Amino acid sequence: MTKARRPLSPHLQVYRWQITMILSTFHRGTGVMLSLGLLILVYWLLAIAGGLDHYEQARAFLGSDWFKLPLVGWTFCFFFHLCNGIRHLAWDTGRGLEIHQYHASGWAVIVVTLIATMGYGILVIF
Amino acid sequence: MSFGTALNRALELISGKGGVGHWWAQRLTAIALIPLGLWLIFSFARLDNFDYLAVTGWTRSPINSILLIFVVITISYHSQLGLKVIIEDYMHIASLKKASLVFSNFLHVGLIAVGIYSIAKVAFSVPL
Repeated sequence: MTKARRPLSPHLQVYRWQITMILSTFHRGTGVMLSLGLLILVYWLLAIAGGLDHYEQARAFLGSDWFKLPLVGWTFCFFFHLCNGIRHLAWDTGRGLEIHQYHASGWAVIVVTLIATMGYGILVIF
Repeated sequence: MSFGTALNRALELISGKGGVGHWWAQRLTAIALIPLGLWLIFSFARLDNFDYLAVTGWTRSPINSILLIFVVITISYHSQLGLKVIIEDYMHIASLKKASLVFSNFLHVGLIAVGIYSIAKVAFSVPL
């Protein structure tokens, strides 16, 4: 059976990169990363329940130097998903649906995410 | 209102009862996770060096135990809803899609079970 020659939608690559599509992709990406974070959260809880020895093993792993990078990553993902999630909830109420508002709220999400991630980092360090 | 045949509905090629339940559940868990998520990560920031006594003392406190159980359930539910959409969008082999969805559902229920067990164990244990 030959396929019907229906018009195809333009492939993603023909589009100029825009903030709207980047943030949309990031929302899914950070969501997946936070699902991985959920695994670590439950692992940590299980380690606490396992008693001192188990907990110290987990702490040696989760508190190691190399693990600081994923922790910073999860902090970024958390704040991004939180801010952009609030943006989505606002859209659900019918607000902010003009193109200039999409762009403005998108940039606001980026700025707030970066400030919150850095602020949280400073709070944890000091 | 139905646009599909009973066979398609049975094969879950089209929605059996509409995606409205998923939509609402995703929004409600999202709203709940705004304060819960902030509470969780700012609690982490205040846990003194993640010392065992500090962590168990914090987990054992009734309000923290209850909120932690709430957090584990709500994050797991929200995560399951999100991953479901992603699996459905990007997994094009029907059998693999089905298997992934089943695996994801079991995994999330498992995470809830392990999470609640762990929190309860600490909450009900005698402090050192």
